[in-house]
Amino acid sequence: MAQQIIFYILAAVIAIFSVMAVTSKQIIRSATYLLFVLLGTAGLYLLLGYHYLFAVQIAVYAGGIMVLFIFAILLTNRPGEQVKTELPIRRVVAAFTSLVGLAFCGHVIYWNINKAYTYFVPTEMKIQDIGHTLMGTNKYQYLLPFEFISVLLLACIVGALMIARKR
Amino acid sequence: MSVVPIEAYLGVSLIMFFAGVYGFLTRKSLIMILVSVELMINAADINFVSFNRYLYPGQMEGFFFTLFTIAIAACETAVAIAIIINIYRNWTSVEVGNLDEMKE
Repeated sequence: MAQQIIFYILAAVIAIFSVMAVTSKQIIRSATYLLFVLLGTAGLYLLLGYHYLFAVQIAVYAGGIMVLFIFAILLTNRPGEQVKTELPIRRVVAAFTSLVGLAFCGHVIYWNINKAYTYFVPTEMKIQDIGHTLMGTNKYQYLLPFEFISVLLLACIVGALMIARKR
Repeated sequence: MSVVPIEAYLGVSLIMFFAGVYGFLTRKSLIMILVSVELMINAADINFVSFNRYLYPGQMEGFFFTLFTIAIAACETAVAIAIIINIYRNWTSVEVGNLDEMKE
């Protein structure tokens, strides 16, 4: 019962703030609404039982990427200035496309979900299992993607520095 | 047995994804387009995690995919913001309507 209430509060927060983030007239407000959406998503991960992913989402997304966004917004806009949007006919066509896509995907999900549904088995995922799976080299373990991610992070840091340096 | 069905989680991620699609098609500022891409990535992450929990409860593939997706999205945002700052230095605006010529 408590889980249901918390889920509906988080779902309402995510839905309302994500729509407000893309239709807001000022860009700092969009960034703030995006921050609330990311925190709501972290809450959903915690509700599903993924504690480590909750922590990573808050640390990386809400704490790292949002700071990058705020810096980029303050470096490239005058805050308080109105955001320019496309012509009304393009907005109507985009809204129509989004609604058609939403109706189609919603229909596919709700038509077929009974064929794939099983009940939620509340299995516990221990942090030792996460550690062994992330650092192991057996068949379903993830040491190679972990090393690749670190190479990718290095490449992106060097690339971002090279692109944005002072000439 | 859980009290929240799986289609509730999928419905939330559906709304978030198509809000991102609408924002991607409608906004003129490059940073708003990046915000919409982040919304779409997070919606897909919710899908991965809820499918992992409901349909494959003993396994961890969805969880690890989401973890790596978060890392990759961080890299992509960093490089995209570096490009946006470089564009702002040369043209003093970050609207997609003004970026219509290649380097001469």
